[in-house]
Parts: sequence; C-alpha cells; structure tokens
Amino acid sequence: MKIPYFPGCTLKTTAKNFEISAIASAKKIGIDFIELDRWNCCGVVSSLTSDDLMKHLAPVRNFLRVQEMNKQGIVENENRMVTLCSMCYNTLSLSNKRMKENADDLQKVNDFMHREEENYKGDVDVVHFLSILDEYGFDKLAQKVTKPLKDLKVASYYGCTLLRPKSVGIDDTEDPKILENFVKALGADAIDWDAKSRCCGSYHTVNNVDIVYRLVQGIVDDAKKNGADAIITSCPLCAFNLDVRQSEIKDKNPDYQTLPIYYFTQLMGLALEIDKQDLGLEFNKIEPEKLLKKLNLLS
Amino acid sequence: MAIKVKFKDKNDDFYKKIVELSGEQVALCDQCGTCSGGCPFIEEMDINPSEIMRKVMLGQKEVMDSRTMWICASCFTCTVRCPRELDVSKVSEALRQVKLRTAIDEISIADISKEEAKKLPTIAVVGNFRKFTG
Repeated sequence: MKIPYFPGCTLKTTAKNFEISAIASAKKIGIDFIELDRWNCCGVVSSLTSDDLMKHLAPVRNFLRVQEMNKQGIVENENRMVTLCSMCYNTLSLSNKRMKENADDLQKVNDFMHREEENYKGDVDVVHFLSILDEYGFDKLAQKVTKPLKDLKVASYYGCTLLRPKSVGIDDTEDPKILENFVKALGADAIDWDAKSRCCGSYHTVNNVDIVYRLVQGIVDDAKKNGADAIITSCPLCAFNLDVRQSEIKDKNPDYQTLPIYYFTQLMGLALEIDKQDLGLEFNKIEPEKLLKKLNLLS
Repeated sequence: MAIKVKFKDKNDDFYKKIVELSGEQVALCDQCGTCSGGCPFIEEMDINPSEIMRKVMLGQKEVMDSRTMWICASCFTCTVRCPRELDVSKVSEALRQVKLRTAIDEISIADISKEEAKKLPTIAVVGNFRKFTG
C-alpha cells in the first residue's frame, strides 16, 4: 500500500530517529510512505481564533500536494495523508476540519492560493500512523513480530495533541487504549498509569523551562511508580521535553533515576527486526541501549 | 433567588471582542471550576482559568494584566472536560491575540541564548513564536 506522507520540519532534524524507524517499520508490513513533493511547515500549533484564516493556509497547501499525487498516479485513489508527528497531525486535522465544514473559509483560502493549479476540494483525510496500524489490525501486527519485546514494561505517553480536542482525537480523551494495544502487539507489557495524557509543558521549553521540568518530573515519576522501564511517545516536542529536559533534571540531581524515552516506531522496528541503523538510537539522549541489551532485545 | 449579572457598559466591547475572537459564549460558563481543577499549569497561574472566564463575562478588562493566558499552552484538558462544552483554550487564545494585535510581542529572539537555540527543536521554536508573537 502506498500512502502520501507528510513529515514536518522536526522529523528531518532532531526527530530523524522517528522518521527512519517509522519508514522502515511500515515497509516491513507492506506500507510505503511516499513523501509529499514540496511539503511546507504546518505551523506547529493551530490558530484558535475565529478570524485568523491566514494561518490555515500553510496546512491546507499541503493537501493540494496529495491531490496532485493522485492526479499524477504516484498513489492510486489514496486521499489519506499520513503523519507521524502528533502536533502536525493535530494542526493539519483542525485546519482540514475547518475547510470541510465551512465552505466560505475554503473559498477564501482557495482564492488566496490562486497561483496553485487546482483548488483544494476538501476531500483529503489526515491520519496518524497509529490509526493506520489500528486499521491494519494489532492482531495482524503481532503476527509480523519476529522478536517479541518480552518483559519490557512500557508507559504509553499520549500527551495532548493525539487526543485533544475531541473533534480530532484518535482515541478516547480520558481513557485511550490505542498505544497500549500497540505495545501488547509487540509482545511488551503495557503498564497502566495516570500521567499518560498530561501535558509535558510543550513550547514553554523555549522560555519557561521550569514549567517543563516540573511537568516532566511528574510524568516520569508516575511512570516509575507504576513500574515502567521506558516511556514511548509519538510527538517530537514531548520527546525533546521528556528526553533532553529529563537528562537535565538528572544533571542537577545526580541521584535522580531516569527512564529512557523511545518513539513508538523505534520499539516497532525492534520487534520487527529492521536494520539496527534504522532504529536511530544514537539520536536518543538518555542512554537507550542499556535497557534493551539487559532484556536481550538488542545485541 | 435569581441573580442578574449585568455587564459594565463601558467594557461591553471587550466582552464582545473576546466572544467574537474565541467563538465561545463565555457567559454560558457555570463557574463549576472543572477547568481549573484539571489544569496541569494551575501552579504557575496567577488567576484560575474559571476566574478568567468570570472576569471576561463581567467585561473586566484588567484580566489582560494576568499571566494566565500566557501560561496556558492550549493542551485542551479543560476544553474536553467542560460540562458546558465551552472551549476555554479558545478564550485564552483570544486574550493573547488581543494583546499581540497591538504589536506587543511576549518574546523576542534575543531572549534565547545561543546555546539553547542550538539545542531546541524546530517544533518548539515555531510553536512558541506562533503563540507569543503577533
């Protein structure tokens, strides 16, 4: 199956490990990510005001590329556009929803993009890779696993943008299960915990890092209290805060016990035995290999 | 006994502006406090989200002096729990925009040290600037 793929800016820089592990893992189960030609930044956060239509232009322009891919036969009748980054997923989905539900807004945005060959018709669907896996079937995914992640206790961290607001959330806002089902399919243990959808402090990491330290410590402490060996995420900003900011907490308090942070696709790649270099573990800040080697999951 | 809440006439424009920008009928807020109870940022806020709703409802423009709207990171925890289905995150965004549209930014690039700038992922910087600059 070939599917148009929107990477987003961070997947090409600090979250390279997310991209390479996802593409290699998807390939293993017969899903080819075809990167959009000329994609542009989605804007990271969605504009929440009623008037600011200009800020929806960047997300919508990407949908034209999906239309073109279908027209050129690069993909066949595939109106879905897959994302890996949770924040891109959220921002693109909210803009798309606004265009689909408001013909006037869609017209204005199309008028503004008059130099594009076509208008956006409003029929692209933004989907997160986890939803693609859910549709593929976690039972089927479990059958593809060649190295079950036995005895690995994983805390599934959803953060905000995969679940909220409800109109674009991929699962129940208060009691999501999709990541836990994924973890079980890989043969690992999905721990139950409270902080799975608590905000990590997001972009405050730029100019108010103390908020992030407090929230990250709360999230990691809750994972540890519930017996987790590691935390997984699908958001490069959550990953930065949980990984890099957590390691800074450790720098300040040497006795602090850190937990390794992985992208969910890195564990998927491990269980599907993709090439080690495609796991991109060298990009993870908190030492990622020690735990995996201890459990004989990595040589 | 029914209590009638009257908006201050001179501030009526402010209330209307927030309703227009957010698209939320702030006066429908019941003041139940669910938004404040679940807010992960409550420790850093000087005024609770529910108090913000109350002050907007009463057209109290002084709410603009509060830090709360800048601390809110649009995590939507309040939004998904509000029993009146009000989007409190949108109200915060409207308040931020009222300030930013007067061409006063909350952050400047010079505030970020070179060392930090090298470390920060694009997603953090773009997200931050989208929320803190006009």
